[in-house]
Amino acid sequence: MEEKTAKKDKIPRQPMSEQEADVRKRNFEEVPFGYTPELAMKEAERCLQCKKPSCIDGCPVAVDIPGFIKLIKEGEFTASIRKVWERNSLPAVCGRVCPQEIQCEELCILGKKGDPVAIGNLERFVADNERNHGTGELPPKARSTGKRVAAIGAGPSGLTVAGDLILKGHDVTVFEAFHKPGGVLVYGIPEFRLPKEIVYSEVNFLERLGVKLECNYVIGKTISIDELFDQGFDAVYIGVGAGLPRFMNIPGENLIGIYSANEYLTRSNLMKAYLFPEYDTPIVKGRNVAVFGAGNVAMDAARTAMRLGAEKVRIVYRRSREEMPAREAEIHHAEEEGIEFYLLTAPTRFMGNEKGRVTGMECIQMELGEPDDSGRRRPIPLEGSKFELECDLAVIAVGAGANPILTQSTEGLDINKWGYIMADPLTGKTTKKGVWAGGDIVSGQATVILAMGAGRLASNSIHDYLTWGW
Amino acid sequence: MFEILKRQEMADGTVVLNEISAPLIAKKAKPGQFVILKANETGERIPLTMAITDPKKGTITIIYQVVGKSTALFKSLQVGERFQDVIGPLGKHTHLEKLGTVVCVGGGTGVAVMHPITKGLKDVGNRVIAIIGARTKDLLILEDEMKAASNELHVCTDDGSYGHHGFVTDVLRDILKKEDVKLVVAIGPVPMMKFACQVTDEYKVKTIVSLNSIMVDGTGMCGCCRVSVGGKTRFACVEGPEFDGHQVDFDELMKRLNAYKEEEAVAYDKFKCDCQAG
Repeated sequence: MEEKTAKKDKIPRQPMSEQEADVRKRNFEEVPFGYTPELAMKEAERCLQCKKPSCIDGCPVAVDIPGFIKLIKEGEFTASIRKVWERNSLPAVCGRVCPQEIQCEELCILGKKGDPVAIGNLERFVADNERNHGTGELPPKARSTGKRVAAIGAGPSGLTVAGDLILKGHDVTVFEAFHKPGGVLVYGIPEFRLPKEIVYSEVNFLERLGVKLECNYVIGKTISIDELFDQGFDAVYIGVGAGLPRFMNIPGENLIGIYSANEYLTRSNLMKAYLFPEYDTPIVKGRNVAVFGAGNVAMDAARTAMRLGAEKVRIVYRRSREEMPAREAEIHHAEEEGIEFYLLTAPTRFMGNEKGRVTGMECIQMELGEPDDSGRRRPIPLEGSKFELECDLAVIAVGAGANPILTQSTEGLDINKWGYIMADPLTGKTTKKGVWAGGDIVSGQATVILAMGAGRLASNSIHDYLTWGW
Repeated sequence: MFEILKRQEMADGTVVLNEISAPLIAKKAKPGQFVILKANETGERIPLTMAITDPKKGTITIIYQVVGKSTALFKSLQVGERFQDVIGPLGKHTHLEKLGTVVCVGGGTGVAVMHPITKGLKDVGNRVIAIIGARTKDLLILEDEMKAASNELHVCTDDGSYGHHGFVTDVLRDILKKEDVKLVVAIGPVPMMKFACQVTDEYKVKTIVSLNSIMVDGTGMCGCCRVSVGGKTRFACVEGPEFDGHQVDFDELMKRLNAYKEEEAVAYDKFKCDCQAG
């Protein structure tokens, strides 16, 4: 056993080649190129095929990780993607945007001494290979049950529920408020991190399985949940996302050129403002850009601004590097592309010109005090440390709250004091009969894969309910 | 879905009416609510308040002024063609209650938005005095419809080519002097709403305005439409579009409406150019 480990350790973790930082920071094409089949098989070789694999415990949807990697090693790519599909309907997405370093890869035994197996890269490879060279053959579906399920929101959570339940023989319709499916995968995550063509291809896979998709439905406005039941749906899953931008409530925040991250990214990604005027939606192209917040969304906004031609892009964050919530890889990519970090800095007001456009901001420096409720050290303003910075575009990426459109229009659905839906953490069941919920509208803003994990729990529970009545 | 069943050019072709098939929206829509429309794949999402909704026929009617690329693109759609996307009904509907005498002031295409509200206010038992205006006679829309929807109609043109020579605010002031008005609803260009609110403020009459901020999603997700009302930031798409006019920061709204003026000019020029070439 020891000998075997030693031998496999000799193959180093295979990196994916990627666009040079100086080139990619001015285009919207995807940053990494992905593995070739040879590289993928070489990386797959590193997997120890543990008898009790802990990587699976780190996956919110419990993909059989050693199983699909073994098939890659053997060159059985079609069998491999089928193995992934058993647990995950969006592998090309997850391979790209999951924080593997704190999930499956963190638990990989190889990581104890060296680098863990590049599980995310392998998942991405096998999904891309199927999309580009696959047979298009669909996985087997259970016999029709005649039960109808409505999934509200075509984001990661709703699509997971749809994928799970269609395979179990239920008739699934996904309702989406926007004009295109994908949710945050389409309006939020930029093209250079997740090409939209990939999202549409994953959605198309679900449609080929028989999932019906209805865009332009704002549930709670166009039609209510109770009306869905009247129309014959047997169960409803709510996966509408958080959907309410947070602002900082400082003077000057309504000046032109100050966006919520939701608006900035939606304009650029969903509406394709980066292709203006081929696409009609405009976007303010800043030269001096400030992005507030330090999560993945902030990194996405900063890197988008750079690609739209900014001269200077700053991440302004009131805590220190240690507390930054973004993935290390995202921070690294942003730094490589020349994004500057103004840490322990908070804005106090924005200044504008006679046209109402933002021209600058006043900031104050912070120091870290005792830990607050979140367990992170609380930033405290340093007196006399105010300074001014020029900026003609500001993006506020300090998190999101709960959008009330659906919850306010639905009787019998209990929400907590922040407006998030109360749902059983093990089943996703809400207080309303026949209604489940999961993802950001339950947990508050989190990750794609956690929303998918919540969708998985709910789809299991919905299947039980439709089969046994509980 | 979203097929154009009727298309009519008004006000010298600067204003267009489209009756669109949208049964679900028509069934739910109430006066004061809006829809978001997108003409085609590359199009922008444009919010427009509905002028007429017909739940039986399953149609909604929008009336818009052609001001740039997106509305010119809308205008180019013919009967039988479709809007790619129509989303709604969005926003809060007008609160209709019996108060006594109310005045409805509509300017430009705001008259179209005002029409169902005027009718609604009359239907619940108010005595409705309507004032509509336009720059000149040819630009006036829905005069007959507004006459039918109200108890008393006053028409104004800025150039005196028809009706009262002057602004709607002049007539509004005269009415407020004589009558015990309980509520004023003012919908039209931002300067008109701003001045109407200044007049009604003098007479301390509650005034509702409908704001046409720029929007993207229209469901409270992006905050593009934010307006300052009573010193607080509100989202016109979900908390509006109607607000207490005396609390609205119209100057900020006017600036925000001009946010993309340069880009709009670029897009419109390109569109006209492409049309000629095509």
